[in-house]
Amino acid sequence: MAPNEIREEVLDILNDIAPDEDLSGLKDDVAFRDQLELDSMDFLDIVMELRKRHRVQIPEEDYTELASMASTVAYLTPLMKDI
Amino acid sequence: MYDTIIIGAGMSGLAAGIRLAHFGQRVCILERHTTIGGLNSFYRLRGRNYDVGLHAVTNYTPRGTKHGPLARLLRQLRFRWDEFDLSQQLGSAIAFPNVRLKFNNDIELLASEVATAFPQQKDNFQRLLGRIADYDDIDQAMFEVSAREVVAGEIDDPLLVEMLFCPLMWYGNAREHDMDWGQFCIMFRSIYLEGFARPIKGVRLILKKLVRRFRELGGELKLRCGVKEIRIDGETTPGVVLDDGTQLAGRRVLSSAGWPETLKLCNQPTTQQQTGQMSFVEAVCTLDCLPAELDHKETIVFFNDSDEFHWQRCNDLCDTRTGVVCSPNNFDYPESEIGSSALPEGVIRLTAIADHEGWQKLNADTYATEKQDWYDRLTASAVRFVPDFRPRVIETDMFTPSTVRRFTWKENGAVYGAPQKRLAGTTHLKNLFICGTDQGYVGIVGAIISGITVANRHLLTDDL
Repeated sequence: MAPNEIREEVLDILNDIAPDEDLSGLKDDVAFRDQLELDSMDFLDIVMELRKRHRVQIPEEDYTELASMASTVAYLTPLMKDI
Repeated sequence: MYDTIIIGAGMSGLAAGIRLAHFGQRVCILERHTTIGGLNSFYRLRGRNYDVGLHAVTNYTPRGTKHGPLARLLRQLRFRWDEFDLSQQLGSAIAFPNVRLKFNNDIELLASEVATAFPQQKDNFQRLLGRIADYDDIDQAMFEVSAREVVAGEIDDPLLVEMLFCPLMWYGNAREHDMDWGQFCIMFRSIYLEGFARPIKGVRLILKKLVRRFRELGGELKLRCGVKEIRIDGETTPGVVLDDGTQLAGRRVLSSAGWPETLKLCNQPTTQQQTGQMSFVEAVCTLDCLPAELDHKETIVFFNDSDEFHWQRCNDLCDTRTGVVCSPNNFDYPESEIGSSALPEGVIRLTAIADHEGWQKLNADTYATEKQDWYDRLTASAVRFVPDFRPRVIETDMFTPSTVRRFTWKENGAVYGAPQKRLAGTTHLKNLFICGTDQGYVGIVGAIISGITVANRHLLTDDL
């Protein structure tokens, strides 16, 4: 998957997890937590959905990489390039 | 081989099952009873629908709210707010002999009632609200401090302290006399800060939605399949044995049966202290009119007939000093639904503390006469605080601690479970976990959150 496809996929996951959030104005370089009302359970779900949909395994120590859209896409690009 | 075997198809077991099935686990929920729901079930009797356990769903927050347990569970289970069809309470009251405090889903009402009835406590009450707001769910350090001590440190009128504790103990406290400060904060938020609501169709609406989702996700639900034993192999369990002797293998087992109940399934000894002591009787009375026609418009009335509130196991079969009068009609249902088949008649539910051991000792004949006798005594006690509905009762069904025991297999018919909760949800075995009332949260929302929390924390990892 190319970075822009990964971005779309993350948006899709966010939409699934938090359907009542308005994602249209999402800023890629701002932390998710500062734009959306996501708690730790929601973050866990992002990780779980990635694993469920794409078999991507993210170790707990790397969860901080998922702080913003930009950092998430950057982190996932090497992991998802062959999907 | 199942990824997870869940014991119990109540709210917590079903919620955990949904989380696990959603993320692709092969899950089997085993329920001994003929139907789902456990402590919050439903049944039909002589042409009428009844709810077990449900007075109201607590933790009500409106559509669009993003914080709080209700919003969290809807997100985690992927339900829309509308799907639970929640109508808000009209208003409730704490009724002691000389003071009645009204409250509803807006804390301002209670605050103003307190300021009127207890003018010296007005600022103290605000300070208490501040401390409750500051209580941090994540930091468990303050959890086990005595709530009575903390509250008495802010409110120096003992009557107000008793009155504030009354509904929180009722909804519910597994421990006698006192509660943990952490538990107090959770209950205070769920009842006074968030509040009550109810789907007009009752608890079956929520349960049916949970089951449907679970099955859609590929989960298996086996009714009339009680678990006789949790098998042990060193520090793990390979699975369970059913009542009929069938063995089922699972990578993990999650039990919502309760802590002493789960220990029994593991052939482990249990102690008196581990088992809950609080049980109840409840009479569900069908009326030939709506409660409002008797000028009873309150949703829930928590009454107590002296200035001191006693929350303890009773010495007699029932304790008539305190009780709960709940009217399922007194919610803000849509106009079009009122009087419909969803809730066709007036209903009043009357609950009192009861002694499980006493009721268990009765033979069949005495059981029936005692029920009748206590029904009369309880209703007589309640109508000191609400309009006298007794002449309008056309049908009653009454449960006792024995009923609870019979259909949920909870030790002592302890509806709120064991006094000491196991917040981590772990057990003496590496792949056995518990959820439900004995993990830490009671009520419908509490149980669902418990199932979700334990599933997330322990069952969605790959460590096993």
